[in-house]
Amino acid sequence: MALRQLLTRNTAEPSSTRLVVTLGIAGLLSGLAIVGIYELTLSTIADNKARELREAVFKVLPGVSRFQKLVYAEGTLQPAASQASGEEFIYAGYDANGAFVGYAIAGEGPGYQDTISLLYGYKPAQRRIVGMEVLDNRETPGSGDKIQKDPEFRENFRALAVEPKIIVVKKGTKPKPNQVDAITGATVSSNSVVSILENTNRRWLNRLPPAGTEPPLAADKP
Amino acid sequence: MTASALQELHKGIWKENPVFVQVLGMCPMLAVTNSVINAIAMSLATFFVLVGSSFLVSLCKDLIPHQVRISCYIIIIATFVTVADFTLQALLPAVHKELGAFIALIVVNCIILGRQEAFASKQPVGLAVADAVGTACGFTLALVCLGSIREILGNGSLFGIGLFGPHFEPWVVMILPPGGFITLGLLLLFFNWLQETRRQRRATAQPSADEGVTAG
Repeated sequence: MALRQLLTRNTAEPSSTRLVVTLGIAGLLSGLAIVGIYELTLSTIADNKARELREAVFKVLPGVSRFQKLVYAEGTLQPAASQASGEEFIYAGYDANGAFVGYAIAGEGPGYQDTISLLYGYKPAQRRIVGMEVLDNRETPGSGDKIQKDPEFRENFRALAVEPKIIVVKKGTKPKPNQVDAITGATVSSNSVVSILENTNRRWLNRLPPAGTEPPLAADKP
Repeated sequence: MTASALQELHKGIWKENPVFVQVLGMCPMLAVTNSVINAIAMSLATFFVLVGSSFLVSLCKDLIPHQVRISCYIIIIATFVTVADFTLQALLPAVHKELGAFIALIVVNCIILGRQEAFASKQPVGLAVADAVGTACGFTLALVCLGSIREILGNGSLFGIGLFGPHFEPWVVMILPPGGFITLGLLLLFFNWLQETRRQRRATAQPSADEGVTAG
């Protein structure tokens, strides 16, 4: 009754209670609608993200048919629950027979405009990067965003030695396995990708167990 | 009723086109029109938000006290935007990634709040929806025009399909911000010229006709 009185049109000067109640009801309804749509779309959005990541892992590690998430804790790498979040994990890829192939490591860092996030495949036995996939970037369309699409630039990361250090060189002058040809007109973006790789390597490579002693594929993981 | 609804519809598309005549909503306009697909996705999201909020605002206009109306409109608009944001993220994740923050920024798109304050809050539901549909179509028209021109010249493609073969050298500037301003300027010039010549022709046909509509 009182609510009805509060909500019906009141001419002169509405009481502040009425103003508060109106805004409160609007906020409540809006909150309900947002929670509803969040619940409805949550599983699809999570599936999309997981599929994106899966596709990226398969792209950066050729020959992999299964992978598992590993978490770095107490000085060793251990299989992690797939829902675990946080920064300290990488992915280990295995071939159809369950033999270890390589790691997929995620890294991010500043680009020309905003954070670039990427995933790369690393084979510890060869000490080489075998594939790189940019997951997200806001680089200049048409020049900087070639780090994601340009096949020539991506070719640099098919067998890139990480030692002594990855170096960016001018396009077409790449003589050594640890050098990357920059994209013409997008030197900053090319440099950013390489410095992200360098920084992530510095963080991860000495945490990896010696080649040949990688954790085996956990039995229940698909 | 039907005639005036049609009039409201037509008005938003042509005579009071939100972009070419009122020059509103420039931020999303310039930011997302580097390809046609992005322009269409942005238009659809704006269409949904504008029509939904106009409907709801017109429906609730007697319940909302004058003093808190702007806050209520923003709550309504923001709710629709969030719905559009999550839906797009679930159904078209690639497009959502391209549009990024600009989906969330529809909340502050002045076209939408402008239609609520100037029209939907004072008119019956039918007219408010017609007006919103018209304005959204006008916005779509403008975005698709700009998006097509910029994608064709800046990338040599339309809807992502290459048009000119491998020897076309794309004008990269067209998909960068300056290209957006240049294209928009030329389109504004073209539409103003079109309206001006139409008005002059009408004036010579019937000399007594008064000055046409001018919008700010």
